[in-house]
Amino acid sequence: MPLIEIRDIRKRFGSHPVFTGLSLEVDEHQVVCLIGPSGCGKSTLLRCINGLETIDSGEICIHGNRVSGPGIDVNALRRDVGIVFQSFNLFPHMTVLENVMLAPVRVLRQPRGEAEARAMALLTRIGLEGKAREYPDRLSGGQQQRAAIVRALAMDPMVLLLDEITSSLDPELVAEVLNIVRDLAAEGMTMLLATHEMGFAREVAAKVCFLCNGVVHEEGPPARIFDSPTEERTRSFLKRIIEARRL
Amino acid sequence: MSLSDARPVPESGRPGGGVQPEGDRHFRASAPPPSATTAAAAAVAVTALVVLCSWGTLRSVHGALVTLGQAGPVADSLLVLIGVAAVFLLWPAVRSMRLATQANEILTQGDVVEARVAAASARHFIWISFGYAAAQFLVLLTAQFFIANNLAVSRTFFDLPLIGNTFFLILKAFWINVYIFLIAEVLVLIWGLVVAMARLAPGAAGKPIRMIATFYVDIFRSLPAIINIYLIGFGIPLTGLPIVKDFSQNSFAILALTLTSGAYVAEVYRAGIESIHWSQTAAARSLGLSYMQTLRFVIIPQGVRHIIPPLLNSFIGLQKDTALVNVIGSIDAFNQSIIIASNRFNLSPVTTVAILFIVITIPQARLVDRLIERDRRRMRVGAT
Repeated sequence: MPLIEIRDIRKRFGSHPVFTGLSLEVDEHQVVCLIGPSGCGKSTLLRCINGLETIDSGEICIHGNRVSGPGIDVNALRRDVGIVFQSFNLFPHMTVLENVMLAPVRVLRQPRGEAEARAMALLTRIGLEGKAREYPDRLSGGQQQRAAIVRALAMDPMVLLLDEITSSLDPELVAEVLNIVRDLAAEGMTMLLATHEMGFAREVAAKVCFLCNGVVHEEGPPARIFDSPTEERTRSFLKRIIEARRL
Repeated sequence: MSLSDARPVPESGRPGGGVQPEGDRHFRASAPPPSATTAAAAAVAVTALVVLCSWGTLRSVHGALVTLGQAGPVADSLLVLIGVAAVFLLWPAVRSMRLATQANEILTQGDVVEARVAAASARHFIWISFGYAAAQFLVLLTAQFFIANNLAVSRTFFDLPLIGNTFFLILKAFWINVYIFLIAEVLVLIWGLVVAMARLAPGAAGKPIRMIATFYVDIFRSLPAIINIYLIGFGIPLTGLPIVKDFSQNSFAILALTLTSGAYVAEVYRAGIESIHWSQTAAARSLGLSYMQTLRFVIIPQGVRHIIPPLLNSFIGLQKDTALVNVIGSIDAFNQSIIIASNRFNLSPVTTVAILFIVITIPQARLVDRLIERDRRRMRVGAT
């Protein structure tokens, strides 16, 4: 059984249809990349999965449990589904350590000492132990995004949603963030990424999904999608990416 | 090629005074600087006039001191010193005159760039002369106001012996004002936040709460504080309601001011909370924090930092409104000073109250500036 199962979801923003019957599956320990033109709903899809956005119809299941629609305890859902945003969204009034500890202490009711030890261990793993007591604004973009990933990991999520996490980084800082994602993939973390880093998608993804016009237009292993896409829209999208020298 | 008929224009060679492009177009920025001599002459004339006025005023002040019996070697030498200091106003004006003349000379030698530099500094000093002359003139006017009509203003507002004699009586009464605003401020901080959260109550269930909170804010922002104090201070005892009817006058004042100020502060809080970008809420909620936890740990701590300056404004307003409690008969500093003033036919005790309010307000403004600066330094890049 797939870990995440998205079945025929539909959603409109006013008169603009975002999803028109989109379906998608993510297996446990699988890394799935969402690609597609801007505005195609990659971010919205991720936000629907952890309940930051609602869907109009269809259903989203995690481990076979329906997690969309009314009556869902979104707070409970979000304990197990972590998300990392394009613009980091660290809490600027807290140190990095406090950012990481907030949810374990307040949501999981971990004792402070335990939460702190765990947070420090995670920060050490990504080389940010020296920045634990700094405020986010004093960190580089790459360091902030790494801290944001750790903040999500501190909740020990079953699945991690990554929403274009390198899109607002300077090019030379992208690698340090992608290295962490690569490590997480190697450890078997289930991840769903919206990304413009096609090279990275090709490297880590087990499956690449091309979103267009509110549905998954084409999906398959990265080698097939990138080298021999069958759909015309996928081909023209990839052609533009290649013209921009991003693949 | 004719940029100016009056002054010679260099043909070519120097940057800035360079070759003009062919045809009808002129590169306008290469024009020679306009002469600054007229403006500089005006600066010299104006400053000289203000210096003369200063000397005249100092003479009058000396006369006033003689009438008051305060003249003496110390006061006289102080006045002479001020008179000498006033002459320094001429310095930037003279300097601008010299620079303007220099600019004209350099221009005749054909160096547009250097002439421009000299003319620019001439204009710089011309504006400095005008600025300082205006300021000095205002000081003169104030001094004249105080000594006008045979020292009437000074005698009415600044009767020093009377101020000295009544100071401690008024200071003691001022404690009532401090007591009222300190307690009211603590209450307002809490009450304002409660109202703000009510105004932001989410969902359909929150709608009646939102409506009541909005109604309260509308009413109490429209009501003049003095009417509010009057109604509560005289009205509640008349109602004979158990317990509350026995509150002290000061308690009624605190209650009334809390209700009035709380309406303003609630709006300040709400603005602060709404100023936090929704992505912070998204981040907090996506970590599993509940609505209230998100408000408490993420949104309010950040919002409060944004609202410290407007919050101080509200507090200063509240502190000053404590002077209104005399309408229900509390003997605060203002009421006390009115009593003295009407007994002695002199307003100087009221001046004491004015000074007390100024003395407590200014340090608060500076303190808040420093707190904000410290907080910013702690969280921002490039700090030590």
